[in-house]
Amino acid sequence: MSDFMMFSLVPLAVAVIIGMTCALLGNFLVLRRQSLIGDAISHVALPGIVVSFLLTGALSSLAMMLGAGVSALVTVVLIELVRRFGRVESSAAMGVVFTSLFALGVLLLEWHGATGVHLDVEHALYGNLESLIWFEGTGLAALVDPQALAGLPPQLARAASVGLAVVVFLVMCRRQLILGSFDPDFAASVRARPALVDLLLVTMVAVAAIAAFEAVGSIIVIAMFICPAAAARLMTNRLATQIAWSLTFAAVSSVLGYVLAGYGPGWLGFNASVSAAGMIATLSGVILLLACLFGPERHRSGAAREA
Amino acid sequence: MKPTPRIPDAVKSSPLAIQGLTVSYDRRPVVHSVDFVTPPGSMTAIVGPNGAGKSTLLKASLGITARLTGDVRVFGKPFEVMSRHVAYVPQRSSVDWDFPATVIDVVAMGLFRDQRWWQFNRGRDRRLAMHSLARVGMEAFADRQIGQLSGGQQQRVFLARALIQDAELTILDEPFAGVDAATESAIIEVLKELRDEGRTLLCVHHDLSTVHDYFDHVLLLNVRGIAAGAVDEVFTAANLQATYGGRLSEVQLARLVSPASKEAR
Repeated sequence: MSDFMMFSLVPLAVAVIIGMTCALLGNFLVLRRQSLIGDAISHVALPGIVVSFLLTGALSSLAMMLGAGVSALVTVVLIELVRRFGRVESSAAMGVVFTSLFALGVLLLEWHGATGVHLDVEHALYGNLESLIWFEGTGLAALVDPQALAGLPPQLARAASVGLAVVVFLVMCRRQLILGSFDPDFAASVRARPALVDLLLVTMVAVAAIAAFEAVGSIIVIAMFICPAAAARLMTNRLATQIAWSLTFAAVSSVLGYVLAGYGPGWLGFNASVSAAGMIATLSGVILLLACLFGPERHRSGAAREA
Repeated sequence: MKPTPRIPDAVKSSPLAIQGLTVSYDRRPVVHSVDFVTPPGSMTAIVGPNGAGKSTLLKASLGITARLTGDVRVFGKPFEVMSRHVAYVPQRSSVDWDFPATVIDVVAMGLFRDQRWWQFNRGRDRRLAMHSLARVGMEAFADRQIGQLSGGQQQRVFLARALIQDAELTILDEPFAGVDAATESAIIEVLKELRDEGRTLLCVHHDLSTVHDYFDHVLLLNVRGIAAGAVDEVFTAANLQATYGGRLSEVQLARLVSPASKEAR
């Protein structure tokens, strides 16, 4: 039990919170056919973090998040510029911008790599869920012991506050989001400010991606922005039900992925474990595959595509 | 400081008065210096060839598309503060019909301005939405997923969403595009009911043969405003030729402008 408290409770909680937060936002990204923006923003966090390290010379969380935030902003502007002046559709613009910036990040990383600081591409991709150890978590009593609680890894509080912010944003702006996704022209005609809500959504995506990046790496973020919501869309034709499904899928892949990564290889007779982030992302993909094969709403009427 | 311009009475009483409206895409004007004062209580068709800027004129008036210059007033006040009095029915094809929403969800979107974010109870909203659906004969479809509807049914749902807005002016962008004859006559009945209540309708329309039957006023548009006024006075062969750049044949024109000869056919 104390093993679980010390080594697994916090990683599990962080993975579940971040998974569900990203899945919530993902519902609207999928409905707006903007899934790639989550992918783009989580990739460009890397160059942002590297640049902030090169400028400050230290690996402080605040500087890293600032760097990632600035680079998310630069990305959104660049995507818009490429789209407008390159006369390509927005997903093509996103693809060009984020892969180039990510590559730039990798180059910068290798270039400064000689200084021997612990900041590497692997860490950026997989994060380091397993390192979120709660040393004071020696038993159930620790859950009510203020001193032990103070020793919780800061990533947990950060993930929880970002999750809360996303929930508040979605509850307050739900009508504007729905209207802007379904019928942007009508939304503008009733002054629902679709462009502003659009910007807010992308901002929340950036905040979630950056907060998640440090704790769990970008693979989970990318998977969770797309897979649970896309799978949930195949389960139902009601938005509220779709959101509930997406949260369930995110939670299931997080818990099951963490357990399988830690113990799965052992059950198969290997004396090892695999990356929890990788396993969680893989499971969310498996759930999407199953939904594609068996989801009740995978054959939707073609009425939408006429006209 | 500019002195406050005196507003003419015709503009003060008009539910939508457009002055000097210009919109351009990529430095090419798609709507150029259009003036139009919608007569109150009228049913007005906006007619013109493809690419004449009919939809753009409406979108720019409603603040959906940015306008380069121009002044849009609703009952003499700037559109921005009066937008509540205007309902808009976009083209059916501008919408994602695959969206996970039911018919009644879509109709209730028309209540957006009256809903607050902390209110989840929608009993009243549902009653209002059912009432609007009944007016377009769609109440039996309230809980249907919107993607399962036919084109005509989707258009009726859009009209129900406009009805629930209870607006003085309803603007419709090609409401008869791709709908069956039964829907077309159902929609025109509802629009005539609205006009009989003293409301105003402004409608992009592409079927020249029904302009006489459906509308009392017309705006002929081809990037610039060609002519505007009562259908009987303005919907003439000469004006139509000017609007369509001489692409209509004499036979077509003769049928269009004189309803008598159409019935004699």
